[in-house]
Amino acid sequence: MYAQMVDTGVQRVLDAAELEGDERRFQDRIDAGIRVEPEDWMPESYRRTLVRQISQHAHSEVVGMLPEGNWITRAPSLLRKATLLAKVQDEGGHGLYLYAAAETLGVSRDDLIDALHAGKAKYSSIFNYPTLTWADIGAIGWLVDGAAIINQIPLCRCSYGPYGRAMVRVCKEESFHQRQGYDIMTRLAQGSEAQRRMAQDALNRWWWPAVMMFGPPDGESVHSAQSAAWRIKLHSNDDLRQRFIDQTVPQAELIGLTIPDADLRWNEERGHYDIGPIDWEEFYSVVRGDGPCNRERLAARKSAWDRGAWVRDAAAAHAAKHAGEQK
Amino acid sequence: MKEWPLWEVFIRSSHGLAHKHVGSLRAADAEMAIGNARDVYTRRNEGVSIWVVRAADIAASSPGDKEPLFDPARSKVYRHPTFFELIDGVKHM
Amino acid sequence: MSLFDHVLSLGDNALILGQQLSALTGHGPVLEEDIATANIALDLVGEARLWLSLAGEIEGAGRSEDDLAFLRDEIDFRNVLLVEQPNGDFADTMARQFLFDAWHEALLAALCASADPRIAGIAGKCRKEALYHLSHSAGWVIRLGDGTAFSHDRMQQAVRNLWPYTGELFEADAGGTALIGANAGDIRPLWRQRVADTLARAALEVPADRWMQGGGRRGIHSEHMGRLLAEMQHIPRSHPGARW
Repeated sequence: MYAQMVDTGVQRVLDAAELEGDERRFQDRIDAGIRVEPEDWMPESYRRTLVRQISQHAHSEVVGMLPEGNWITRAPSLLRKATLLAKVQDEGGHGLYLYAAAETLGVSRDDLIDALHAGKAKYSSIFNYPTLTWADIGAIGWLVDGAAIINQIPLCRCSYGPYGRAMVRVCKEESFHQRQGYDIMTRLAQGSEAQRRMAQDALNRWWWPAVMMFGPPDGESVHSAQSAAWRIKLHSNDDLRQRFIDQTVPQAELIGLTIPDADLRWNEERGHYDIGPIDWEEFYSVVRGDGPCNRERLAARKSAWDRGAWVRDAAAAHAAKHAGEQK
Repeated sequence: MKEWPLWEVFIRSSHGLAHKHVGSLRAADAEMAIGNARDVYTRRNEGVSIWVVRAADIAASSPGDKEPLFDPARSKVYRHPTFFELIDGVKHM
Repeated sequence: MSLFDHVLSLGDNALILGQQLSALTGHGPVLEEDIATANIALDLVGEARLWLSLAGEIEGAGRSEDDLAFLRDEIDFRNVLLVEQPNGDFADTMARQFLFDAWHEALLAALCASADPRIAGIAGKCRKEALYHLSHSAGWVIRLGDGTAFSHDRMQQAVRNLWPYTGELFEADAGGTALIGANAGDIRPLWRQRVADTLARAALEVPADRWMQGGGRRGIHSEHMGRLLAEMQHIPRSHPGARW
């Protein structure tokens, strides 16, 4: 998802009975559904995992502005331009809420950004794919934001207060994002032959990356188990992925687009769709940095940050000169 | 150069409620903090008034003091109207 | 200039500047500023839609806001040259914005008194937004001018480079006063005052008036305009008649 395969730094999840003292009280409170707040005692591994997860989520929002921002200047109507601008701006806002949530854990935003630029922090694999036509803007809103919402709604109830509250705000704002994407796709699918082809092509290219966004099956992952025990991961990757597939397939059918999966079948017995094999090799390559746009995305972020350095310095210098003055 | 300071943002909504904490942001000065708060936290008509406070200037109660600070209020049940049972037939109370 | 051209020029100024700012989304010096810039771009695109719709209505030929934005050729655009100047670095962007905002707000304020209720209505709505834009850009002119030695030089240079494009804002237009209820020349003193005050607080010099560039309002644009329109218009023009 926006935070994929977060490392918890633990070797084994301890049973409640094995925990002692502060650790035990901490786990008991989480089990009782009591929110952890920044000033509360927390295990160092919980704190570090959250910093990783929340900052990855924040980086994803901010890097995610780039592929869609690529089309703001080319949006085909003024209303589409305004809507897309508002949407990309929202992503920036979401990044900001999340950086602020991470900062409550005793890290600074600059440090988190430095880690991103140094290639030490990850962001979602999905944003390393290119946006080639206007239909990609529809596909991203529909599929990527659709997947994000499925992941983020449960996180509103996660154990860490500031993260949960940021997610509430994000979810509230994000409800229009998926609809605007589907609206673009619907219009294209009902349009000219060229527009229909554009829509199908975008679905063909974005479907599998969107399915992969949820990350590989949790299986025996100790990190997934630990995150679940801490209630910062509330459902398995496969459960969320299934939910996404089940909700999206009928939406594609409704507008006459074809999901690019020859093995896609409704499974009456399970009450879910079965899908063909996922190419995890591709997923791991993208995560490793070999996706189509990894270098461009990071270079764009770094360049904006570096070109902005003298601006940030100037504002700080001006503020320092006038510190103590009554405005 | 040093990172811009962190500010906490409080917004009063149009519904007449008091200013409520909505989040934080970074800004070099107070004027910028108010502008940024407007752009970040009131994009959907959320507010009619903004307060910004440097996060470093906020004094907060400590979690270790939770019991002495907040538990004593629990036993003062007579502060709540439901503590008193009304006799049958009393109206407008 | 006809009433149609006047209203078009109001729409084109907002559209072209909005288009330029929208290209910066995700590339600003700090996240908060990205969000602020996007807000201003959104206001301007919104304003463009209102003026262009009104222009279409005045023309009476059935052209929509999108027809006017995407299917006109460069020579038919009525925006001033200032708004089509490139984004450059942050100082260039903010200098352009400030010089524009200080004028834009004053113009909209004058248009609020227009005898045409449609013009007064749009001006009234957009003036509030423009006031905020002005405080935002003036704030940055001051921070950069009065920031570090480097930012001071960058800002001074940006103001100097853009100065020749400010004359066109006030080009006298005989018909203007009667048609839209505001005379471009009349708002010059307020604009001068604003610019002088802000630049003084920014420790910047007001450039001397020299030869002023012009032509935008007559459809004679700079080299930047063709590329800007090519990018903005290419999808609707590649798919004639398509709906989006």
